[in-house]
Amino acid sequence: MRQGVGPRLAGGCAALLLLPALGLADVADEVAASCGGCHALAPPDPAVGVEERMERDGPPLFFAGNKFREEWLAAWLEAPKRIRPAGGFAPAHTITTPDGDMIDESTLAEHPALPADKAKAVAAYLMTLRPFDALLAEQTYEPGSIALRMGQMNFSKFKGCDSCHQDEPGYGGVSGPELYTAWARLQPAFISAYIEDATAFDPHTMMPSSGLNAAEVHKLADYLKALAEAEQ
Amino acid sequence: MIIEHSKGDRMMHDGSPRARRSLTRAAASLAVLAAGALCAGLASADDDAARGQTLYRVYCTQCHGLEGNGRGINTPHMSVQPRDHTDRAEMSARTDDDLFKAIQNGGKAVNKSVLMPAWGGNLSDEDIRALVAYLRELCCNGPR
Repeated sequence: MRQGVGPRLAGGCAALLLLPALGLADVADEVAASCGGCHALAPPDPAVGVEERMERDGPPLFFAGNKFREEWLAAWLEAPKRIRPAGGFAPAHTITTPDGDMIDESTLAEHPALPADKAKAVAAYLMTLRPFDALLAEQTYEPGSIALRMGQMNFSKFKGCDSCHQDEPGYGGVSGPELYTAWARLQPAFISAYIEDATAFDPHTMMPSSGLNAAEVHKLADYLKALAEAEQ
Repeated sequence: MIIEHSKGDRMMHDGSPRARRSLTRAAASLAVLAAGALCAGLASADDDAARGQTLYRVYCTQCHGLEGNGRGINTPHMSVQPRDHTDRAEMSARTDDDLFKAIQNGGKAVNKSVLMPAWGGNLSDEDIRALVAYLRELCCNGPR
């Protein structure tokens, strides 16, 4: 089990707080130096097996520009809030108790908050990382509507997504990222492509490759949209 | 298995002392090779189970628990309890093929819960076989 990630992350990313106003190339250097300890900034080496997944404690960022909405990213870096209730690799933050496994909160690190201008600069740089443009261009997803209750039923009872994901604070599994803010943070085409086959982005993802057809994928994506609309 | 000896061996199996010595040597060689193959087989099974343990930690413990007892961190909100992989009686009732199919194609494919996803898009057949080998360790080869 990896311990002590918190102090390392906090120390590493603290360097970002000191960034003066920098150009994109300088930001790239700083991101590599400060964020690479927890976030993959390059695709995993095919020669390295699934073991590399156990070493990660944050989501891969090498396709951040294909994944996030820039405005959300900048706002989040300024005021980060936990998205993965059990951290970047849940088993490393889990303890066994007589009542079943529990999250060991003491091992979870807070993501450092960046000043507004730095958050904006880092977000702008991360948005340039787009190795999957071609893959996303193949997506046919056009955001649509679904009744919240029907979407919820499909998400949980029929597709079992709530095993790992929360669609409402406190409701659902905790090993995956919460999805009640997914629409605000993720690009629609990414949501669709990732539900369809997450391994296309990350060969060692803990998200099962769904094998769902496009219509089924789109229905789940629409539910995430409906959740965001219900929040407003 | 073909054991290679001197070219004349096959012509000397006539009951003579020389032929008997040759047969004894052949039997000894066969035994050594068989033992080697057996050890290799056991080592391979051990390797599979060790690899399976790594895969289990990454993909399975979130629901089935760090100890494989079906009480992972995701279970409090689940409507169906994940399989307890340490339950020898339950697990003994499943063949390796049953387990393979459940992992590859998901719970629905084996008339079980949809909450068990299909991992066939993430894991190779070899990975799944390694997981099955580890499940057998978990359920049935540990101390009871």
